[in-house]
Amino acid sequence: MAEIQELLWILAKILVIVIPLFTAVAYMTYAERKVVGWAHVRKGPNKIGIWGLLQPLADAGKLVMKEIIIPSAANKVMFLLAPVLSLAPALAVWAVIPFDEGLVLADINVGLLYVLAMTSMGVYGVLVAGWSSNSKYALLGALRSAAQVVSYEIAMGFALVGVLMAAGSLNLSDIVRAQEGPFWHWYWLPLLPLFMVYWIAGVAETNRLPFDMVEGESEIVAGFQVEYSGMSFAVFFLAEYTNMILVGAIAAIAFLGGWYSPFHGIPVLGPIFDVVPGIVWFCLKVGFFQFCYFWIRASFPRYRYDQIMRLGWKVLIPVTLVWLVVESGLILAGVGPWF
Amino acid sequence: MQLTLFYIFAAVLVFAATMVITSRNPVHSAMFLVLAFFNAAALWLMAEAEFLGVVLVVVYVGAVMVLFLFVVMMLDINIAPLREGFTRYLPIGAAVALVMLAQMVMVLSSDHIQLISSEAAPSGVADNTRAIGSVLYTDYLYPFELAGIVLLVAIVAAIMLTLRRRPGVKRQNPAKQVRVRKADRLRVLQIPAESRIVPNAAAQAEDKK
Repeated sequence: MAEIQELLWILAKILVIVIPLFTAVAYMTYAERKVVGWAHVRKGPNKIGIWGLLQPLADAGKLVMKEIIIPSAANKVMFLLAPVLSLAPALAVWAVIPFDEGLVLADINVGLLYVLAMTSMGVYGVLVAGWSSNSKYALLGALRSAAQVVSYEIAMGFALVGVLMAAGSLNLSDIVRAQEGPFWHWYWLPLLPLFMVYWIAGVAETNRLPFDMVEGESEIVAGFQVEYSGMSFAVFFLAEYTNMILVGAIAAIAFLGGWYSPFHGIPVLGPIFDVVPGIVWFCLKVGFFQFCYFWIRASFPRYRYDQIMRLGWKVLIPVTLVWLVVESGLILAGVGPWF
Repeated sequence: MQLTLFYIFAAVLVFAATMVITSRNPVHSAMFLVLAFFNAAALWLMAEAEFLGVVLVVVYVGAVMVLFLFVVMMLDINIAPLREGFTRYLPIGAAVALVMLAQMVMVLSSDHIQLISSEAAPSGVADNTRAIGSVLYTDYLYPFELAGIVLLVAIVAAIMLTLRRRPGVKRQNPAKQVRVRKADRLRVLQIPAESRIVPNAAAQAEDKK
């Protein structure tokens, strides 16, 4: 009986995380179109509801009503399994994300490794979708995705190795606690190259512009999801945006001091800003990264495939390796206030 | 509760492992292997070896199997000839399996070989990531570095095997492309807005064609 009660509690906690997450995803699509519209000097969605605020609901309604078309030569089981395979890991990661001091579903020791493991699972959705669609474009998109994700995961992993070296822990809450203090105590400053590498690799991992080789409308139509329609397409979309928020959340935890306010610990400003709950600071930091996603999308043209590979292997990975050595030196020298 | 979970994971693991070798489609086999790895990782997590369990997922599921699937997806394998060999090799396979089973039974039931229980982990260390790290970089430093060098040699060998330069092939030189500056490609011409444009030599050549 006690076990069932515990399970129900966990289920309730999962819902408390997932429902706001999905709402955030819905309004991120709206925010994206507004921000990109603003960057292009046009209005963006403004017809449904005040300022177009009901646009995500209308989109969701449209996607639900649409028919799911399964190509006749497709592998049906795998075709329907693929969206689930991409969404499930994207949601599973949120179990270890600390939103505030003590506000985390599973406070596990190997949190950072768990995050890496789950994000690397996401590529299976794309691979299986590309293969099971039995379409040339979809297969090309899937192959590109596999190569890209495996390459950038190395750079991303190394960037996070720098964080765990600095914090001395794999637990995400401990990593945030190690950065306690005002904004110059956070790891973005001593680990600036790693922060940049992490962010670039994060954009590439989520297959967003300018690294969206997986979709590449001008080259391979819509890549791996070319045969998907209706809800099965919407699930891919949901997974992509959930992953975007996730990359922002990990960046906020690892480099921007998680739930701490930027003035934490300063005599006068600190107590004033500490009135704001930590989760608000966390959400603001994550929101900043989401804005950067849209900003980058509106500003840069798509990379060429071989240049993406070159950037990943010959620029980002050497940068992380060099900075890990520099960081070891900083740690040995005990350079304050970080180490 | 824990026992029930163990049996669920173990059952799925055995099922997935069986499907890897009996499945007709190589892509299905690869996906079942992923499932098997995943359940093995779950079993390790239940044995409180959380570092090993998660690393199993990162390395095997996240990287090795992706590349494996990558290759299998590109192959258009005709399944029928592959199936023909199945009964022919069955006796050999069964013999190997029996030997392995016997060895496992000997190891697990032996009094001479003491299996390291989870209580044998260094006391006072709460998380086993720290425990593994402290042992790996002190007591087992040389074997660890040796393994690193073996892997490095393997990487260099793999790159050397695939690195071939064929003559007479046009290929892009990324270094050259990256070094290109705006001035090399772009020419800004000042053309008076109001006057007639004087056709230049290039435009005349175009007309003659």
